[in-house]
Amino acid sequence: MPRLSYRRALNRALADELARDEEVFLLGEDIRVAASAVTAGLLKRFGPERVRDTPLSEQAFTSFATGAALTGARPVVEFQIPALLFLVFEQIVNHAHKFPLMTGGQCAVPVTYLVPGSGSRTGWAGQHSDHPYSLFAHAGVTTVVPATPADAYGLLVSAIRCDDPVVVFAPAAALELRAEVSDPVPVPLGRGRVHRTGADVTVVAVGHLVHDALAVADELAGEVSVEVFDPRTLYPFDWDGLLGSVARTGRLVVVDDSNRSCGIAGEVIATVVEQVRLQAPPRRVTRPDGAVLPFAPALDRAVQPGRELLRQAIAHVTKDG
Amino acid sequence: MSGADPIRLYRTVRLIRRFEERAIELVRSGHIVGGIHPYLGQEGIAAGVCAALRPDDVVAGTHRGHGHVLAKGADPARMMAELCGRVTGLNRGRGGSMHAADFAVGVLGANAIVGAGGAIVTGAVWARRRRGEDLVGVSFLGDGAVNEGMLLEAFNLAALWRVPVLFVCENNGYATTMPVADAVAGSIPARAEAFGIRASTVDGQDPAAVHARTAAALARMRADGAPEFLEARTFRFDAHHTFEHAVRLDYRSPAEVARGRSRDPVRIAGSRLSAGDRAAVDADVEAVLEAAVAQALAAAEPDPATALEYLYASGLTARTGGG
Ligand SMILES: Cc1ncc(C[n+]2csc(CCOP(=O)(O)OP(=O)(O)O)c2C)c(N)n1
Ligand SMILES: [Mg+2]
Repeated sequence: MPRLSYRRALNRALADELARDEEVFLLGEDIRVAASAVTAGLLKRFGPERVRDTPLSEQAFTSFATGAALTGARPVVEFQIPALLFLVFEQIVNHAHKFPLMTGGQCAVPVTYLVPGSGSRTGWAGQHSDHPYSLFAHAGVTTVVPATPADAYGLLVSAIRCDDPVVVFAPAAALELRAEVSDPVPVPLGRGRVHRTGADVTVVAVGHLVHDALAVADELAGEVSVEVFDPRTLYPFDWDGLLGSVARTGRLVVVDDSNRSCGIAGEVIATVVEQVRLQAPPRRVTRPDGAVLPFAPALDRAVQPGRELLRQAIAHVTKDG
Repeated sequence: MSGADPIRLYRTVRLIRRFEERAIELVRSGHIVGGIHPYLGQEGIAAGVCAALRPDDVVAGTHRGHGHVLAKGADPARMMAELCGRVTGLNRGRGGSMHAADFAVGVLGANAIVGAGGAIVTGAVWARRRRGEDLVGVSFLGDGAVNEGMLLEAFNLAALWRVPVLFVCENNGYATTMPVADAVAGSIPARAEAFGIRASTVDGQDPAAVHARTAAALARMRADGAPEFLEARTFRFDAHHTFEHAVRLDYRSPAEVARGRSRDPVRIAGSRLSAGDRAAVDADVEAVLEAAVAQALAAAEPDPATALEYLYASGLTARTGGG
């Protein structure tokens, strides 16, 4: 079976959608030469009108995309670094997201915001290592964090076809992954995936952390039977899928690369405990409150949610009952 | 270039004037909640600019946006209903004064974030021209907006990518209470000129002058695709926002206000009509607004159960606040 890399999956999704729909076009910095690699070969195939390099004007080109979308175009805006989302939070949340309701349904804003390389990039330090997906979930903007090459392809395709704005976080820690994928297909937004079934505890893992959760589940096999649930889309969240899993296992751990306060892990736990009587108090493994990733690799790792803390959390929720 | 029909120009400034006066009454009576940013005194700009536009051209307005929406051709009755938060409003009562939009007549929306409209209308015009449509756009903005970085970025994109957007700066001398002299380094048209955008200044109190200057700009823009910038000097006759009717803010002297009000676009446009024509327009405008107010107040208020309707175009439904 052919092996598909995560980056190549994003590239293929862009190429397929550009080919399928004339209204799709790309905007971003250094995308003609594909500095991030996800737009490789697209300039040659689709030309500079549809693969548009922008000046360093994130706020203007984000709202330019909104304007184009209001007329029926489907722009994909690439951001070189996740922190740029802070610059354009206003343009996405205050305009793109609010226009349909504020106009009483007169318009749609089908823009995709793509961050190929979110979260820690080891050595890129404080201003290049953010993972602000919970912010967009909080604002009610459709937010996806694909963990695998197949999901990277399938969720990006669905994001581009969605009539609402969608933010696609492609974690830096997942970009080098490869997987056997014969024929990638669209993956519906808002649908989670059980990567591994288990009986004792549900571990909800976001993005690249799915692979850490699977590794820990493997290690613990024999002692604890771990189910790994990947929501894939954080907003809208697949509550039915998760509640089904937790109903089977009765225990919950969430591993989430957000800062702790108001991160998606808190929302997952709150929603589950509102509806399910768990057999043990749930746990979450996150970045610390207010985290700024320090430069030195050991420090960077120290504030990211990792396998050791995940093992501890699993031990905690399974130790009695 | 043919001049605009003086009757049409007068009708538009008169309609906006009386619309705003009726709206202020409805603010006072509590039928419009949240107040409005009255366009009183600035009517000549929207009237002159929009008279030079074609129906399929698009405009993006501001928080002081009623004039732009009306001049572009929205139904005053549905606009009034919107201000009153009724289901028959342009935005079905979901937008109100600061977000009134009518995509059917090319109004991409008033926008309550100062400086935000420029990039949006630039993207809209670019996308439609890419499909072969021959349209132009107008971004209305205040003097306060020229200090917003996002707008300057939009100037750059429009100039660089040759998107024919006319940026119309309504310089009424103040951003809320901040005088232009204390806020703008250099000159306002020079902001645009720095990006290679053709820029000029016009008397915003004279709708015919605004129309003539706009028509000339649009002809150049339709020919070469480049954006332009027009500073319209004007004066806001009333409050920044109706909250000022209750809270006196001390930033304009009575003498300055009297001087500003002495150049009234409605009087200037009206002086170009015979008394008979003027009376006929006035009577027509009164009838239109009488009906608009009556219809707005008779219309239903939206059902609270539909508060999140239109939040998502994709059909997604949001979780409610629980309980
Ligand atoms: C980005 C932004 N900053 C501040 C405000 C609050 N505000 C609303 S209107 C206004 C003044 C705008 O002045 P100007 O652009 O000159 O327009 P005018 O009110 O004079 O028509 C301010 C500060 C806002 N809505 N948006
Ligand atoms: Mg002003």
